[in-house]
Amino acid sequence: MNSISRIVLLFIFGSSLTLQGQSTSITADEILKKVDANMIADTQIVSSEMIVYGKRKSRTIKSKGYSRGSDKHFTEYLSPEREKGTKMLKLEDRLWIYSPATDRIIQLSGHLLRQSVMGSDLSYEDMMEERKLTDIYTASTLSIEELDNRQTYKMELLAKVEDVSYYKRILWIDTARFVPLKEELYAKSGKLLKKTSLSEVKQIQGRWYPTKINYKDMLKDGQGTDFIVNEIIFNPAIADRLFLKSTLKN
Amino acid sequence: MKLALKLAFKNIYGAGLRTILNVIVLSFSFVIIIFLNGVMDGWNAQAKKDTIEWEYGYGQLRHKDYDPYDPYTILDSHAPIPENRPDLTPILIHQASIYPEGRMMNIVLKGIPADQQTLLLPTSHLNAQEKQYPVIIGKRFAASSKLNVGDEVLLRWRDVNGTYDANTIYISAIFDSNVPTIDDGQIWMNINNLWQMTDQVNEATLLVLNETSTPLESTLWNFTSQKELLSTIEEIIATKKISSSIMYILLLAIALLAIFDTQVLSIFRRQKEIGTYVALGMTRRKVVGLFTVEGSMYSILALFLASLYGTPFFIFIKKIGIPVAEADQEVGLAIAERIFPIYGFSLVIGTVIVVVLASTIVSFLPARKIAKINPVSALKGKIQ
Repeated sequence: MNSISRIVLLFIFGSSLTLQGQSTSITADEILKKVDANMIADTQIVSSEMIVYGKRKSRTIKSKGYSRGSDKHFTEYLSPEREKGTKMLKLEDRLWIYSPATDRIIQLSGHLLRQSVMGSDLSYEDMMEERKLTDIYTASTLSIEELDNRQTYKMELLAKVEDVSYYKRILWIDTARFVPLKEELYAKSGKLLKKTSLSEVKQIQGRWYPTKINYKDMLKDGQGTDFIVNEIIFNPAIADRLFLKSTLKN
Repeated sequence: MKLALKLAFKNIYGAGLRTILNVIVLSFSFVIIIFLNGVMDGWNAQAKKDTIEWEYGYGQLRHKDYDPYDPYTILDSHAPIPENRPDLTPILIHQASIYPEGRMMNIVLKGIPADQQTLLLPTSHLNAQEKQYPVIIGKRFAASSKLNVGDEVLLRWRDVNGTYDANTIYISAIFDSNVPTIDDGQIWMNINNLWQMTDQVNEATLLVLNETSTPLESTLWNFTSQKELLSTIEEIIATKKISSSIMYILLLAIALLAIFDTQVLSIFRRQKEIGTYVALGMTRRKVVGLFTVEGSMYSILALFLASLYGTPFFIFIKKIGIPVAEADQEVGLAIAERIFPIYGFSLVIGTVIVVVLASTIVSFLPARKIAKINPVSALKGKIQ
């Protein structure tokens, strides 16, 4: 599964969000449609690097991911040697991993989903969230703020159902390019748990797209994990066989 | 028989150094068998006592889905506490993570009433009013997490619906228990706090019985008796006993081999004497008996020698105990810093019977040859 796509998909909104407490001519619906137009494609192929920063040294993990919609993702890890050949397949709410070292396919469930993805600050569970944010959060706009010399809409999302991982999220969305630039995830107590920063926004195939994402577990020391998009192709043709469990061993 | 004993004593007294060596080696066997088994019995008794006092109580009622050996069952194993049963101590188990010095450690969070009296856990420290979440941890976990009394550390957990929450906990006490299964990777807090944190009010994963408790008839809770809970410890110690027995079996085998060897040599060298006994009217059976008594006399002498130096040794060790290396205390079993051996009556008597019986048998085996000896040839000193 493509981690970059997953992170980006966390920003997908459906509809019916309205900006509150801020006099602005654009509605939340319009903002999010524009965000969708930038970030979402029917299919995507992404070549990326994940840089995991450790205390002594960092590791770079290269992968190529294929996705169709929000529920079908296939990722093959290309390097380093230890991870080469590892494949992940996510179909709706199920996740399988194939490891060439053991030549076995494992379905991750329960407690295993809370483990870190290859030592990064991202857990498998973070990648598994399927529901649209509009289904589980009530959104409001807090303000328009400047972030890294860009004007952004600062939006707050509060859980409206009980079974969500994060009670509160705060998002910053570029007012001109309609690209999310930052997200913060909070615990019920108000403690900041995770922070995502998106940068190096480039125009690709007529869309604005962040090509660098830093994902940081705020309770842990360290610089977090960087995702760097080396190449992204929107709406290519992807063979159906890639999204079959049997493909993992081939 | 009196004659046989008298002759046997004279003969082994006459054997000199050979007798001394046989008796010394056999006495070592006596002492080591009693000592090692005493240590194991002491460990067994101490492990059971500590585990009852700190963890098992007088049996447990576990949620029907809870498997202590499968952490994946923790999430769904909780149910409302039975009503009108103040004798039961509820424990709610929940998974969480702490972040000491910015590194993540997965832990098991256990909620227990602060006023419980069933277990030795110092739960009164969970009432520290000045802090929101006072907790207690064991000495092993304190060492591995490098946490001390008074430290505050960030705790992250999920409520019953899976929503993340985080807050600071305060280490109000570190307890010193020999039972690692209530210590390693575990944090104990007031069950009222855990109920509020996880939205699992009045629920528990397991219930500990006290000495007045009676089992509960319920489809939600499975009763595990104290005996069943302790069976694991007994099985482990029984296995350990077998492995430690190799040492004293070897020592005993050497001693018995020496007696056997002595007997074979005696019968070979004392053919004229055997012939004389038979010629003087002793039946072959009596002569075999004489040689067998001679052999078993070694074990009697060894018993006296062993009691001479063994008794003060046993008393001394029982008083000071055997120190256990720190590494051995981390193996997951209840082991105290010192094990105090228990020398039970059955252990001592059993050892005496085994050694005396074994030395009698190995004395008898070569003596059987006497029954086949031709007395005339024996008198002539012909080797048969």
